[in-house]
Amino acid sequence: MNISNLLDCSVMSGGGASFGDKLADIGRELITIIINGLSVGGIYAMIALGYTMVYGIAKMLNFAHGDIIMVGAYAIYVVMLISNPIVAILCSIVVCILMGVLIEKVAYKPLRGASPLAVLITAIGVSYLLQSLAQIIFGSDPKFVVVYDFGAINILGVRIQVFTLVTLAVTVVVMVALTLFVKMTRIGRAMIAVSEDKGAAQLMGINVNNIITVTFAIGSSLAAVAGLFYLLKAPTVSNTLGAMPGIKAFTAAVIGGIGSIPGAMLGGLLLGFVECIAAKITVIAPYTDAIEFSILIIILLVRPTGFLGKKRREKV
Amino acid sequence: MALLEVKNLEVYYGVICALKGISFEVNRGEIVTLIGANGAGKTTTMQSVVGLIPKRGGQVLYNGKEITHTPCHKIVRLGMTQVPEGRRIFQELTVYENLLMGAYSVKDSSGFKNDIEAVYTRFPRLAERRNQIAGTLSGGEQQMLAMGRALMSHPDLLMLDEPSMGLSPLLVDQVFEIIKDINRDGTTILLVEQNAGKSLAISDRAYVLENGRIVLSGTGKELSESEMVRKAYLGG
Repeated sequence: MNISNLLDCSVMSGGGASFGDKLADIGRELITIIINGLSVGGIYAMIALGYTMVYGIAKMLNFAHGDIIMVGAYAIYVVMLISNPIVAILCSIVVCILMGVLIEKVAYKPLRGASPLAVLITAIGVSYLLQSLAQIIFGSDPKFVVVYDFGAINILGVRIQVFTLVTLAVTVVVMVALTLFVKMTRIGRAMIAVSEDKGAAQLMGINVNNIITVTFAIGSSLAAVAGLFYLLKAPTVSNTLGAMPGIKAFTAAVIGGIGSIPGAMLGGLLLGFVECIAAKITVIAPYTDAIEFSILIIILLVRPTGFLGKKRREKV
Repeated sequence: MALLEVKNLEVYYGVICALKGISFEVNRGEIVTLIGANGAGKTTTMQSVVGLIPKRGGQVLYNGKEITHTPCHKIVRLGMTQVPEGRRIFQELTVYENLLMGAYSVKDSSGFKNDIEAVYTRFPRLAERRNQIAGTLSGGEQQMLAMGRALMSHPDLLMLDEPSMGLSPLLVDQVFEIIKDINRDGTTILLVEQNAGKSLAISDRAYVLENGRIVLSGTGKELSESEMVRKAYLGG
């Protein structure tokens, strides 16, 4: 299932006959695609950031990352039963951070230095563990939860759901904040150091384990935000909610160049646009997923490091 | 009391024994060198002492304090740091940011300005290139940066692993001059070198490492005159 299928951002047009009307139609169609693309892409970028940061610093693919989104969405669902959306969102972020850090400590930390394959399999195991736990706790039928209804507005004759704009704005703010954090703060620079050379970072007095924990915490809090966005678009939670967006975001991270923060943004937006354009073209709409993953394959063939990924010199 | 005391240090890589119980000490104010051929265990010694690779047996004391199983980042905070083999500067960061990373373990940031000025004075080239991405520096400049970065944490003991590796003869001389300078300013030096001649010349004491064992020790002068060292490391 694609996030874009759930979007309700449609062109209101009477199907006018004249050429001018047609042109206006196309214009509105374009606005729709751009806004949807940015919004869907923003979600993917938000998730992709988690993948890319953890990969960049811990050198592992955290395939359970998508399921943290699901955990966050369930957290919102539960807290919404007894409290208001703001509290629910804050709780969801806290729960996701705790969950991310717990997973890292229990499942990944003991495997530091183990073969990458062992870590990968463990991550996939954690992913299924989370899905199954959610199923045991909440059952397998989806839960309905409306976090907040922002309503819709009209821009140039296009009906736009306000949450798409909110998604977009929050995503941009988060990207900028994250970039500044990594570049300007002590911990941020330590993250760059750890990602480049763990040994040298330790020689600077950097506690690598702490930095990896911080990375997981940041990635998980972004997953919580992604979970919120998802609920704003599609107000149902199920235990597999995070699976597909997770894989799509992973694709986005690889396309953009895994390990690169701007790359995650670029890959996410690209995938968002592809998805929204494909969804508009009736003939290929059913094959949207196939198209997205084909793009991944083609990019990996042509440019194995992704768009903004760096070739790392192997250290001897 | 020795500043650094290593007793019966044993290190294994899997089942391969890299260090077969070596003991040595470094006294405050000295320059001490470990010389040895490729694969003798010099880098292994350096990395295990500083906590980058685990020790199988033995004991390491710093300032009389047991640090055998202290993690690397904590050892560094005790005032001992290392310029690693191959420099390992942060390629994506600028010269300035690398030096900033070097000061990571310094809690009191008020001295940072002075520290960085001191490094720029010692290495004028780094001052010229302060905003350049470190990966684009030449080999010699990278070695200067690695040394400057290490000095930013005000080490009492500075360990240098093959600082002259891959440098032109002119730069090699310069590096040894700088090491002598740093030592004169009060920093104790533990040096690992393949360039036995130059390192023995500036060393107070030295140890010869062969196949994971210390086979000889003495003052720099004694060793450079020893028949065995001359044959094996000084080209006759």
